[in-house]
Amino acid sequence: MIIAALICVLALLAVGGLGLGLRIRQATEIVYGTCAALTLCLCALSLAAILAPPAAIVLPLGIPWLGAHFRIDALAAAFLTLVNLGGLGASIYGIGYGRHEDEPARVLPFYPVFLAAMNLVVVADDAYSFLFAWELMSLASWALVMSRHRSPETARAGYLYLIMASGGTFALLLAFGLLGGSAGGDTFAMIAAHRLSPGLAAAALVLVLVGAGSKAGLVPLHVWLPLAHPAAPSHVSALMSGVMTKVAVYAFIRIVFDLMGPPHWWWGVPVLMTGGITAVLGILYALMETDLKRVLAYSTIENIGIIFVVLGLALAFKADGLAGAAALALTAGLFHAVNHMLFKSVLFFGAGTVITATGEQDMEKLGGLIHRMPRSSAAFLVASLAISALPPFNGFASEWLAFQSILVSPHLDSMGLKLLVPAIGVLLALAAALAAACFIRAFGITYLGRPRSAAAMLATEADAWSVGAMIGGAVLCLLAGIFPGFVIDWLQPVCALLTGGRMPPQASIAWLSIEPISASRSSYNGLVICLFLLASGSLTAAVIHRFASRAARRGPAWGCGYPAVGPVAQYSATSLAQPIRRVFGSTIFATCERVEMPPPGDIRPARITRFIRDPVWAFGYAPLGRAVWATASWFNRLQFLTIRIYLSFVFVTLVLLLGVLALWS
Amino acid sequence: MELTRAPWPETLLQLLVQLGQVMLVVAIAPAVTGLIRRVKARLQRRYGPPILQPYRDLRRLLGKEVVIADNTSWFFRAAPYAVFAATWVAAALVPTFKTGLMFSWSGDLIAIVALLGLARFLQAAAAMDTGTSFGGIGASREVMIASLAEPAMIMVVFTLSLVAGATQLSTIAHYMVTTGGLRVSLAMALFALVIVALAENTRIPLDNPATHLELTMVHEAMVLEYSGRHLAMMELAASLRMVLYISLIACIFLPFGLVAQEASQGASQSASLGPTLGADFLSLLVYGAKVCVACVLLATFEMTTAKMRVFRVPNLLGIALMLGLLGTLLLFVSGGM
Repeated sequence: MIIAALICVLALLAVGGLGLGLRIRQATEIVYGTCAALTLCLCALSLAAILAPPAAIVLPLGIPWLGAHFRIDALAAAFLTLVNLGGLGASIYGIGYGRHEDEPARVLPFYPVFLAAMNLVVVADDAYSFLFAWELMSLASWALVMSRHRSPETARAGYLYLIMASGGTFALLLAFGLLGGSAGGDTFAMIAAHRLSPGLAAAALVLVLVGAGSKAGLVPLHVWLPLAHPAAPSHVSALMSGVMTKVAVYAFIRIVFDLMGPPHWWWGVPVLMTGGITAVLGILYALMETDLKRVLAYSTIENIGIIFVVLGLALAFKADGLAGAAALALTAGLFHAVNHMLFKSVLFFGAGTVITATGEQDMEKLGGLIHRMPRSSAAFLVASLAISALPPFNGFASEWLAFQSILVSPHLDSMGLKLLVPAIGVLLALAAALAAACFIRAFGITYLGRPRSAAAMLATEADAWSVGAMIGGAVLCLLAGIFPGFVIDWLQPVCALLTGGRMPPQASIAWLSIEPISASRSSYNGLVICLFLLASGSLTAAVIHRFASRAARRGPAWGCGYPAVGPVAQYSATSLAQPIRRVFGSTIFATCERVEMPPPGDIRPARITRFIRDPVWAFGYAPLGRAVWATASWFNRLQFLTIRIYLSFVFVTLVLLLGVLALWS
Repeated sequence: MELTRAPWPETLLQLLVQLGQVMLVVAIAPAVTGLIRRVKARLQRRYGPPILQPYRDLRRLLGKEVVIADNTSWFFRAAPYAVFAATWVAAALVPTFKTGLMFSWSGDLIAIVALLGLARFLQAAAAMDTGTSFGGIGASREVMIASLAEPAMIMVVFTLSLVAGATQLSTIAHYMVTTGGLRVSLAMALFALVIVALAENTRIPLDNPATHLELTMVHEAMVLEYSGRHLAMMELAASLRMVLYISLIACIFLPFGLVAQEASQGASQSASLGPTLGADFLSLLVYGAKVCVACVLLATFEMTTAKMRVFRVPNLLGIALMLGLLGTLLLFVSGGM
């Protein structure tokens, strides 16, 4: 099993080389086609591997005498499936989308390497291989972000990404150092056997939260994400948002649930708090944004927040010995990770087709695309409904489980958590409601209404591969929503591995309901709800068309008596979010609007300007950047001294070191 | 699930009762709207249209030709049916006169909230399909109101399910009938739920259902471009939502008269069908009385308050959210007892 998986990963790396060397016209099809085939193999392998016993292998690679350890257990198998399902979708989409690339040689070599690196992170079983694969993943994705390196925005995004990625890896490196202990445990088995003192465990938890959280996009480490994810080609954006953030979630779960040993009750607290804040801030940022791909990237931050909230709950339950509840919360988190991969991929694919068709990704210049791109807009609609956590789609199923796991938390022991969890519940509910608002806006402004630019008026439907990938993802969203029991059951080996508990088996329940605790307590049946919706809607329509009236005619929309109001009169993305900006943004983002009205008789147009202050930049990164700059400029003076002074520096350093050595012994 | 265990006449009866419940909510929805209008008119010393007027309006609308705005897509035409279907399914999941219905397990209170969210999503998006500023203004305000009302509703759900130990509405209602009592949390939840109900049904302190003035309208702006059968569906869905919230408040906070039927207990299997139907009929009458009282109360309340400015609405909804949170917090601290 593991050997086959590693061979597939090796083949992916080889395809990367192929992408580098191949200079023929069909290179795009060959590379993406091979990637799709290989990810399909890996996906099939790992789907089965979750039930199989763990398989391990040691290869004579990496650091001499230590070797590179690889292992597939239930957790790795679950995330391998997620990674490769996302990779499969992106590769199929890429076959069509990649043809529109101006410089394919900047994407093709790195894309398979990126996929391979994400697989390697998940199967790595020692700290060295893990960090190596992690860095490879960061660098490959950085190269993909920089594929359109000529625009200054991309350069800035790439620079910021590089800084944040190296900072994150550094934090993980330190975390592994702490976890390995003074004995220098390198393999995960040795790390898991080593127990930390509470103080060191706290430090390790914070380091992991920083290291994995910066890659996943936890606030306040998210700043690179909305710049870097949209800068890449759209299928790579889908991979970065849908899959790479999940690899970061995997790293967090692997280290905190598996390697750090039995948790303390307060481990959940920082995770819950950052998760809750991330969820709400992420979606509020998305509502302020008008660039379609950035909206999607910010919404990724929100979903990562939701996943971390339920992971924090799972940690708290596990610490209190409530294995069943921990399994419920962990299942909700993993299920939501899978779901987010599905719908976020479709949404980014949709954004990609819009960009290909119109050349615009600013929502203020789009509109009315549903007429010219009917199939991809339908898939985008399904994914929007799913991400807004609406039944009968998959997003609702996992949010429902998340709410159920909040409702069992009064059983927690600690008073602090009892006070915290309801507040986190409000944040979660707020994030869900705002997500619906965000995607009404994203779908409504982009696809509905009248075109806001000439390019949007002339758009055409995307190619069959792209549309196929989108529709496939949308169908999976629906299937996971109406048969959630199968996904839950499939995830149970992971829960058993990490929490020692499992949820009751769901697939055997009559009518395919899901009942996480008991039937009288809570149950949900996506299939029946879906059938009821379809039946009542279509029956009503049929009855009305048969017995009442079916006549229809077209007429102009009501314009208050003004003839021919142009498309500029319709609501824009900015104006649609104005009430929410005013209600939520006035404190957090210090939003304000200024209207410049010319005096009567003046024919200049009135102008409205809006100001938004990003609190994380204003209070976090901007002062930090200034401090770094000031320190660097101060040290800069050291470069322009005479040789005598340098020699005296060397002398003083030597004396100091000798003195330290003398005092030490 | 319980389906296989019961003998078939029992199953058939259950199916009939379920169907009756599903049809009942649609059947009485226009009357509820008519009654509220009538009571308001009487309070304003007008004579007012008859209670059955909404039925006549619906019939008239259904028979008319539909005028569809230029530039709208299939989504605009499909949305009325989808909105109606989502609201109907949600309303059918709320026990009106009887708990433990045949399909009550297919969705809990969270699912009902989400189904209403689905209807709202589709309605707001359809409003944006017309490409006019009216649709946009309605959608924009609707999502602002919903982004606060929905979390408040979820907190009410949390409070209720912590009290009753379930999110299943049948179980909550059953608990309220049998063991319910006075609680501070429940009072907070009731207050929050009433505010949410006013917001979701776009009633007076938040929106005026009787005007077409752009400064006040939310719901009316969203359906401005609809006509004929499409408008009928949208109006019926709005009435249905009203019935849903009345039934919800009634079955949780005024549960007396509800026939608690736990199918799995098998208690009703031995009983003959006659008394069961009699009890059903009685509780149906009680339910009707509850709905009438709710309509009169709502109309009176609307007469005594004034419409708020749009940007005062978040304050009111913020109160609902805080009350919901406080209710949940109290229960969390007391250990969910």
